[in-house]
This record gives sequence, structure tokens and C-alpha cells, in this order.
Amino acid sequence: MRENILEIRELKAYYKILKGDVKALDGVTFNVRRGEILGVAGESGCGKSTLASTLIYRKPPLKYISGEARLLGQDIMKMPEREFKKLRLKNISIIPQYALDAFSPTKKIKTFIGDLVSEHGIRPNKKFYDKVAERLDMVNLDPSVLNRYSIELSGGMKQRIIMIISSILDPDFLIADEITSALDVSSQRFVANLLANLRDEGIIGSAMFITHDLSILYQIAERIMIMYAGHFAEIGPTDEIVKNPRHPYTKALLASLPQVGIQYKDKRLTGIKGTPPHLLNIGPGCRFRFRCPYRTEKCEETPLREKVNEDHYVSCWNSKNIGSDNHG
Amino acid sequence: MANQKQDSIMSIQNLTKVFKSGLFKPEVTVAVKDVSFEMRPGTILSLVGESGSGKTTIGKLILKLLQPTGGKILYKGKDITAIKDKEGLKEYYRRVQAIFQDPFSSFNPLYRVDRVFDMVFKSFLNEDNKEEKIYKALESVNLNPERILNKFPHQLSGGQLQRLLIARALLLDVDILVADELISMLDASTRIGVLNLLVELCKKNGMSVLFITHDLNLGYYVSDYTLIMYKGRLVERGSTRKVYENPIHPYTKMLFNSVPDIGKMWDRSKEFLPEQVVHDVRKFYKENQGRGFEEVEEEHGVLFSDTY
Amino acid sequence: MAAREFWKRHENLYFALTNKKVLIGISIFTLMILLAIFGPALTPYSYDEFAGEGYLPPSKDHLFGTTLMGKDVFTRTVYGLRSTFAVGFIAGTIATLIGCIIGFLAGYYGKWIDEALMMITNIFLVFPLLALLIILAAYLPYRGIMTISIIVGMTAWPWTARAVRSQTLSIKNQGYVNLSRISGISVFRILREDIAANMFSYVFMVYILQFSGTILAAVGLEFLGLGPTQGVSLGLVMQNAVNWNAIQLGLWWWAILPGLVLTILVVSLYFINTGLDEVFNPRLREM
Repeated sequence: MRENILEIRELKAYYKILKGDVKALDGVTFNVRRGEILGVAGESGCGKSTLASTLIYRKPPLKYISGEARLLGQDIMKMPEREFKKLRLKNISIIPQYALDAFSPTKKIKTFIGDLVSEHGIRPNKKFYDKVAERLDMVNLDPSVLNRYSIELSGGMKQRIIMIISSILDPDFLIADEITSALDVSSQRFVANLLANLRDEGIIGSAMFITHDLSILYQIAERIMIMYAGHFAEIGPTDEIVKNPRHPYTKALLASLPQVGIQYKDKRLTGIKGTPPHLLNIGPGCRFRFRCPYRTEKCEETPLREKVNEDHYVSCWNSKNIGSDNHG
Repeated sequence: MANQKQDSIMSIQNLTKVFKSGLFKPEVTVAVKDVSFEMRPGTILSLVGESGSGKTTIGKLILKLLQPTGGKILYKGKDITAIKDKEGLKEYYRRVQAIFQDPFSSFNPLYRVDRVFDMVFKSFLNEDNKEEKIYKALESVNLNPERILNKFPHQLSGGQLQRLLIARALLLDVDILVADELISMLDASTRIGVLNLLVELCKKNGMSVLFITHDLNLGYYVSDYTLIMYKGRLVERGSTRKVYENPIHPYTKMLFNSVPDIGKMWDRSKEFLPEQVVHDVRKFYKENQGRGFEEVEEEHGVLFSDTY
Repeated sequence: MAAREFWKRHENLYFALTNKKVLIGISIFTLMILLAIFGPALTPYSYDEFAGEGYLPPSKDHLFGTTLMGKDVFTRTVYGLRSTFAVGFIAGTIATLIGCIIGFLAGYYGKWIDEALMMITNIFLVFPLLALLIILAAYLPYRGIMTISIIVGMTAWPWTARAVRSQTLSIKNQGYVNLSRISGISVFRILREDIAANMFSYVFMVYILQFSGTILAAVGLEFLGLGPTQGVSLGLVMQNAVNWNAIQLGLWWWAILPGLVLTILVVSLYFINTGLDEVFNPRLREM
């Protein structure tokens, strides 16, 4: 088995607000291996973006509560901020959600990039820009884009620039948070492929690709982790998750995905009734039980993470029934 | 085509919209150019395109939120672009309605959600049995009136708000519903419920729905007919199956190649560049110079060249 | 239960009253108002009389000390605070009103109206205002608080107009405005219920900013000696102090204390503004 770049154990992080705790990330355990792209999927409010923020910058009211997050063996949750800053871009890097909106309209791309990296202690000298130009070429952009303003570039072009900047120091681990959501279909494919190419060429060690779109993960992720309402639901190899889901939420999510070839006239897709629970001061128990067709009394207890197959882990008391349903 | 014209309820003919901005140095943007199609009762027409393709502009033109630069929009045989007076507009909106993309911005945050019903009753409907009618409409979109009425928009979920707007359209018993990206802000698990509901009601009430979307899979799932827009032009149109199974325009082909689909892997060995399509389209138009929009088979048309 | 219902309905008020920044800001601001109202009654002197010996440091008799000539600095400060409030109120209102009307018309009607109004606004924005103010002020031999306020108010509106214009533009494109339009609602009702009502909190915050902005602008004028020819104001007190070399002569209280009062006032407004920003912006509130 390959080396683990990131090991997360029972990680909890809450939003501490006036009315109490919003338990947005509540006990998540998983690993990211060298050379893999781990997909993280779930609907809005499932905790996938909170997971990214917890790993990189915990701005109040988001607070780390307990658990571990080991990056190359070091627990980054208990690390002083100054220490952690030294890892940024070199060992761990992020493409934040809404990064496309972060471009300054009054700065040239070159100035924007320079300001960005100097905040992380990199001097934007000629050597740096030479490297940028080399990487731009790799994503099919002419180095002259550096002298243009952000409004002159399309969303897809901006996303490519952000991707090469966040990977400019060849990080071991890259978090890509919803990098395809704001883009057109054609740019989506290019950007997703680019992430895989960065990995193939060894520029990034591994990546965590957070998105709400399972069908994109199917294209490039080796393994997929599903989250629901701050809880870990299921993790496993992509094919296994898609063909043999063992968590009722994963199963429902897959059943609601439209695909070319399926028309309303022939086959009715089914959604999931109801909405995710509010996470403010939420008690124990499986958080999917309010919408779950497999619900039993046992579900009032928070389910434990168990191994159901090689490399396939699930948090559900009834995963056995679901497994047999898949084959029946 | 003859058959199509007969029972169409709305006919869009050579619709064009040009935006001008700037007093001294006008900047001209052609948002929609020479677009024609028909809408029929009880069918769903999906208008597919990427951002900037002009699909939302077409929706707004039909809703008279914008005034076209050229072309006609015939509703039951009458050109509605000429309607200017208040009464005429009211009569038109009585039968032509819309649901917009963002459920949260479709509701004025300062008012209770009931306001959307109050407005249509005040403008279009008889106030007798108002409450009963609202209850009935809400129940037919699977909403519990007790839990919905008297609430403020932020107290409801996006899915509930979109259903509420479908109920609003039901109350009016509309002929034409423009649904602009109506589920793109909803989560995967809730969007299908809203979508199924829309199709069901369209078939049951004989509504004609213009389903504006960027999502090809959703378009395929719901629609009977598909229109593909690219840079303000209608580049391919026809019955959904024919367009999806046998795309001819290079832009349509590129779209189908890049849509992510579970169970169908992208070919990663081939280099894929989004910029390439511009060249492909130019080449295609050059090769077919002199040809215009032509029917290639029954219920399937393609724009072969934009310089006819 | 009734109380809960009330807070549910007036959620913004609830969040405003539980926001620390707003509370701190309002408390200080109220203290300042009380000082301006009751301050003159607390002091036995009048602002122009020679209240005692000159050169006295702060003491029980003279809270803020006395000037070189023996005028009571505290008395001058509280009277000055009154006129400062008056300037903020009158000039702030004028600037907000003009800015809102121009910004709203430009944003809502767009096209050539927008272009024309924004051109005027931009001219005002780049015009050397100080020069205009100096000429205007110098031209008027008798200047009261009112005159100063009007001059400041008439020149402070352009940025409000731009801010209100962009806010109007963004609200105009909201889904609910379109939904009202296709619901056959009259334009007047759309303007009132959908657009104006949703701009209220924004305009309120703009007003607070104008309040502090015009106060500072007026103090600036006064400091240059273009202040009111009658009466007293905070800027005038500080200008006198500087003219008499108060700091160099060791009369720090003469210049520093009125300046401190002014700073506290402006900072309290800043606190209210950033606090309200958190309140009115739900996304910030959730976090």
C-alpha cells in the first residue's frame, strides 16, 4: 500500500456562534495516499468545505474541537500558526471555493500573482516568473496573459491560473474546493483533467477534490468519500462506490443523478424527500435517519465506521441490508 | 414542419437582441441573433447553452422583461412585442409566467412568502375562495400549506421555494412557463423531486415549458425537444433523442464530449482544449459556406454556416 | 412567547442589539449626545468669557484646563460639540438625500439618464473641492453653522450617489423584482416595496458614514480658518490652539482634549457602522 500523505482521525470542528455549536464537521476519519485523487462529495452543508477550511485556515467562529490531522506525520491541528505557514504551498496547498472572484479588477495578473505569493514568503523574481511561464504553457495559456487584467480572461482561464499558482511549489497535498462548479461544461472537463495531469506528472503528490458533482469525480478520482450533514458516510474505490454503495445516502444520491440515455418518459429518477437537519446543537444519532428508508431503532445511536469490503468503509448500522439490496 | 406550426402556441421568429452601452462610444453586443423556434402545448423544450450563449436573454425577451431589437414573438398568432399598454401586458402575463434560477432572490426578503400569491390574486384572479385555491395549489406541489404560509423566505429551503413558485404558476393555469435554470441552485437529492413535478404538471395541464439549462443530462431527462445555443445563435435544434444521438454541429459535439457522465469515462489520452471549438466551428462554417439553417432529417435542424 | 414572536419578526433589531460593536458604538455616541445637550448646563462659564487664569492644566474647576487667555476649554469643547453634531446632522442629511436621489435615478432608469447623472457625479468627484470650498467660504463674509453645513453637504454627496447607484442596479436585477413585474404589479409598488424597502438598511449605513464624513470635512474647513464666523466649533478650538502654538508652549490640553472628543465621536460611528454591516449582511451573521 502506498504511503499516506494525510491521516485524519475523528476530526471535529464546530462553528461557535451565539446560540451554540454548529456541528459542521463531526468526527471524520480517512486517509489520503500519495499519488491519488480523493473525491469528497455531498450536498451543501454536508461539511465538505468546512473540512477544507479546518485543514487550512480556521477563521472564527470555526473552531477545532478534537481529533487529529497528520500531514506527512505532523499533526497540523496542534501546530502553531507560524509553523504551519511554512508548510503552505510547499507541503499543503488549497484552491479555495470562489477563488475566481478573488482576482483584483485593478491589478494585472502578474501583480496579483506576485502579491499572492509574497504573502507566503516567496519572492516574485525573474526565476519565479520563468517557472510561471513554463507552467502556463503546460495549461495552454500564453505567458502574455500575465500582462492582462482579470476581466479580459474567461472563468476557465482564471481557474487554470489559480491552479498553477497553488501548485507552483509542487505541494505534496492539494485541496481543490469546487474548482469546476462555476465553469462551463467544456472548461469543467479541461480543469478536471488538469488536476489529474498535475498528479500524473508528479507536480502535486496527491489531491482532495471537493465537489457536489459525483459524475466529475467518477472521471478522475481513485476513491470517493461521501459526507452527509457533518458526518462521514462512506469511503471506497470509485467503482465500488458507484456500483455497490453501502450507505443509504450514497445510494439515494446515485439514484437521483440524471445521465444521458435516461429520459423521464422511460425511467423516473427518484430524489430524497426532506432536507438535511440543522446542525445547531444537534444531538447524537445517524443524521440521515430522518430521510432514510432503512431506518431502525438502532439509528438513534451515532453509527460507527466499519469495514465492509477491501478498502471500503461505511458508517451505517444497516449497511449489510443495503449491500444485499444492491445485488438482489 | 407544417404539422409543427399548426398546433404551436408560441412561435419565435428571427428573434434578435443587441445591447448597446456607452453614450459616446457605443459598445455593441449581439446577445441573440436570428433565432426561430416553436413551442407546443404539453411539451418541454430545453434551451441548452453555456454562459453568454444568449439563452437567458431569450427567456427575458419572451417574458417582455427586455424588448427585442428585431424579429417577432407570436403568442396564439399575435405579435406580443408590440404590446405596450398596462392592460395588454396583464392579459399576457395571465398566461405566460416564469420561475427563475435563484429561489432565494426570487422572494423579497422583507415579506412573507404569501406575497407571491397575493400579487397574482390582486392582478389576475377572483379573490373568492382565495385560501382554498392556494391550499389546493400547494398540495398539488407536495407542500404542506400549514408549514409554508406565513413564513419568511429565509425560513424555507430552496426546494420548497421553487415548488412554491410552481404552485403560483399552477394557480394561474399558465400556457407557457419559462423555467430559467430552475434547479441549478438546488442539491442533487432535492432537484429531481422538483423536476419530476414540473414534467408531471406540464403533461397533465398541457403547459408548454421552456427549460433553460446548462446541464445536458438534465436537459435530456426532461425534454421532448432540444435547442442548442452558441454565441447568440441557435446552432442545432430538434427532438431530444435525435440531437443527442446524432449531433452534427461541432459545438454540439464538443458539449456532448465534455459532459461528465457516470459509467462513461472521458478519453483522457486525447488532448481536450475548450478553445479548440472556436476553430472547429469556423472551419465547419467555411466548409459549408452558402448554406444556412437546414433540416437534416425530420425534426432535426442544424446551422451550417452563419454567412448565408 | 409573545416576546419571542416579537424578536422573530424583528430579527435585524435583535441582532443589532446583541452585536457588541453596535452596542459599544451606540453607548459612546449617546454619551456624546448627552454631553452636547447637558454639557453647557454643567459648566458655569460661557464659551467666550475669560473664565479664570490662563495656562491652567486640567483641574476640578477647569476639567479640560484653560487657554492661554484664560477661556475654559471644556466649555468651548461642549459648545463646539453641539455645533459639530449640528453639522453632521444637517450636512449628512443633505449629502445622503442628494446622493440617494441621483444614485437611485441613475441606477433604476439606466441608459442616457444614468450616463448623464454619473458624468455630473464624476465631475464633482474629481473637482478640487477644497478650492471650491475656500472660494465659497471666503466669499461669504458671515458664515454660521448652517452655511458651513450646506457647503459641506452639497459637496459630499458624489460617493453616496455612486454607492446607491450600484446598490439600485443590483436590486433591480434581483429575481423578486422580475417576479413582481410579471405579476402585473404597478411600477410605483415595485419601486416602494421591492427596491426602496430593501435599500433602507443600506441607506441607513450610508447616512452614518456621511455623518462622520461631513463632521470631519467641516472640522477640516474650520481648521483652515474657514469655519463659522460666529459661535464655536471643535475645529475652531483646535485651530486656535495651533495658532497660539499651544503644544510648543506646553498647553497640550488645549489641542489634544477637544481632538480626543472628536476622535471618540467618529470612532463610535465607525463601530456602529461595521457592527450594522454584520447585522444586515446575513452571511457575515451566520459565520
